Amino acid sequence: MTGSILFEAIVFLAGALLCVPLAKRLGLSSVLGYLLAGVLIGPYLLEFIGEEGQDILHFAEFGVVMMLFLIGLEIEPKNFWKMRKTILGMGGAQVIGSMLLSFLMFHLMGFEWKVSLTVSMAVALSSTAITLQTLKEKGLFETTYGASSFSILLFQDIIVIFMLGILPLLSNENEVASQTAESTDHANLLENLPLGLQTLAIILSVVLIVVAGRYLFVPMLRRVAMTRVRELLTASALLIVLGISLLMELVGLSPALGAFLGGVVLATSEFKHELESTLEPFKDLLLGLFFMAVGASINFIVIKENPWGIGGLLIAVILLKAIVLFAVGALFKLKMDQRLLLSVGLAQIGEFAFVLLSFAFQLNILSGEQMDTMLVVTALTMTLTPILGMVNERLILPRIGTKESEKRAIDHIAKQHKIILVGFGHFGNTVGRFLRSHGIEATILDFDSNRVDFLRKMGFEVYYGDATRIDLLEAAGIADAHILISALDNPDTTKKLVGIVKKKYPKVELMVRTKNRYEAYDLLNMGVEHIYRESLDTSVKLASDVLSKMGFRKYTLYRQAQNFIKLDERSMRRLAEQKPKDEKEYIFKAKEEIAQQEKVMEQDWHRGIYQNDNHWDTEQMRLASKLHKKKP
Amino acid sequence: MNSILILFAHPKFEQSRTNKHLVQQLETLEGVTFHDLYESYPDFHINISFEKELLAQHDILVWHHPLYWYSCPPLMKQWIDLVLEYNWAYGPKGQALQHKKCLNVITTGGSRALYCAEGSNHYSVNEFLRPFEQTARLCHMQYLPPFTVMGTHQLSDEQLTEKSEQYVQMLKFLQQDCSPQAMKDCAMLNDILELN
Repeated sequence: MTGSILFEAIVFLAGALLCVPLAKRLGLSSVLGYLLAGVLIGPYLLEFIGEEGQDILHFAEFGVVMMLFLIGLEIEPKNFWKMRKTILGMGGAQVIGSMLLSFLMFHLMGFEWKVSLTVSMAVALSSTAITLQTLKEKGLFETTYGASSFSILLFQDIIVIFMLGILPLLSNENEVASQTAESTDHANLLENLPLGLQTLAIILSVVLIVVAGRYLFVPMLRRVAMTRVRELLTASALLIVLGISLLMELVGLSPALGAFLGGVVLATSEFKHELESTLEPFKDLLLGLFFMAVGASINFIVIKENPWGIGGLLIAVILLKAIVLFAVGALFKLKMDQRLLLSVGLAQIGEFAFVLLSFAFQLNILSGEQMDTMLVVTALTMTLTPILGMVNERLILPRIGTKESEKRAIDHIAKQHKIILVGFGHFGNTVGRFLRSHGIEATILDFDSNRVDFLRKMGFEVYYGDATRIDLLEAAGIADAHILISALDNPDTTKKLVGIVKKKYPKVELMVRTKNRYEAYDLLNMGVEHIYRESLDTSVKLASDVLSKMGFRKYTLYRQAQNFIKLDERSMRRLAEQKPKDEKEYIFKAKEEIAQQEKVMEQDWHRGIYQNDNHWDTEQMRLASKLHKKKP
Repeated sequence: MNSILILFAHPKFEQSRTNKHLVQQLETLEGVTFHDLYESYPDFHINISFEKELLAQHDILVWHHPLYWYSCPPLMKQWIDLVLEYNWAYGPKGQALQHKKCLNVITTGGSRALYCAEGSNHYSVNEFLRPFEQTARLCHMQYLPPFTVMGTHQLSDEQLTEKSEQYVQMLKFLQQDCSPQAMKDCAMLNDILELN
């Protein structure tokens, strides 16, 4: 039934379209939907996908790489540094605990110590893809649970390198080792170098990523941005992630880890949000593909042969991992609900197990049967995670008292600002500076890459991107923003932006710069409350200063200017309300308004000139007015 | 010779016939600084350090304003609130205004006869000015009797000219001598000038 790439693509897409909405409607996570879709189209049910499922799995692992790049983008280097204790502490405790317990378990079950050690390494690792996707979907990233999960997964990403390094040492047949060197899909250039040089190469490549992030990627992105061809930015984003992955594979490091590092380096650059919104769809699709491939790789024949053995192992592994995670949670003083979430969330065996197990098979450490069993257990634990998570949330957690507020942000994950400032020309710049002088840091978006570069050098947090694209606005955090300031120069872009925000995020308060009253009418009719005409305040101030030079009192001018502006605003709103049917009517209405305004101002003025300062002391005033009438 | 700082506050100066007369004479006087608060700070944003410097350069401080609702116009009050800082003008380290003299120059629509126990305003001008008197005292300044131009609505232009000449005379008198003996315990400085 399998054949062309086109056919496979259709199968995967159709499977996803069928199962994911169904899972969502049933209140399950999308991850589960994808996994079930994989089972459905896999070799044991509909047989659309055959043995190539494994290849697709490898290809789709790139989704995990992208996800880590995107996560890296969210974490600024200084925050990453703050997390080092959690990463080492929690991650280390979890990996060592799980390995120890599962080694004992497998050894007691009668396996050789080398087999037990290999399997225990695979068991210790959890699934980055499933856990982080679930965290993101539920918006739990900024909880203690989210941060702890992330720290542990990051540690696993690092430790897996050492695990892959140790495996060849466990192989007792030398000829097998040399034979496998060719057959591994890890095209490792350094295999034949002495250990010291290997380490040096690894360190050098990490340094290379950091340096390239600063001095190659950012200038490259700036150049690309200047061409204003959008797809080139997409191409550069993919190129960066692919390039890092290739480099990492060459030196034998995990591409996901390298991508994460690349992300962290670029987290402070102005392209952060643009990269996020560009790569997000790729990541989501690839991850979906990855989950489907996992589903398709579940070998039902193995299960059928030994259902009780597999079932027992499955339960044992999940229990073991959950217990270790629970203990780690207790050790690091997590509240009970967070601890339970952590225990269930990371209790699966992750995608690294696929790599480790097949590598161990090639090295002749594991038999084919052992590998197949463990692969099935791995895939099943991954499938069970979303289900167990649901059980935990619906049945167990409500019975536990300590429900920590989910909104409480934890300090080492960069918080989104509450104000978004779009357009950082002279106008937006002034707005931003004044806000900043009050300790209010807005997230700034601008579409001029030269200016963005310059302003960042001056210490502003400015991001490059076209703010009329909803995905960029979302990456900049519009969902949580209170206020969006539009300081754009171009009236058409302004209206486009206002239209999008009004439609998708009507709760965000809009404060909009506009050229003149004609543009303001359009915005008023779009429902914008706060409109700032650049042609109003400054011109009135100039006129006041002219009048002051001519001898008018400044305080009087100050008050009159305020009156003038208020009247002008009021008449603008009135004119916008009664949207004129034709131009003639408009001109008539406008003339009427202006005449009205002049009359009011004139009244104020006459009071100023002719009346004396007799605003009180009525008795005297009456006397005085008689006196004055007599005089002339 | 004592130097004099006149702080002038009138939100509707262009409407005040009386004060136009009074102020006209001041610009040319030597040793007198005329400081128009409403013209300097139309937005009420007082430059505190500048005001302090100005105070430091003068011996006598004059609060010149119309008596609005038995007190000074709001910008003058703002000036008192902001400039006379703790530990500068008053408080344990507040010695900046020590030994300076201070007085009000006020214009009122009502005549002097209305400002007494029997009149419709019930209290004398001196009584209404008590807050200023105490402010001066707290800032270690010597508070002098006020100079007043009262019943302004009934004054003819000739009378106003006379009053403003008196104002100048009074300032010159203070420049020479403003010892307590010279004040002779009078209620208003107008009285001394009339005696002389």
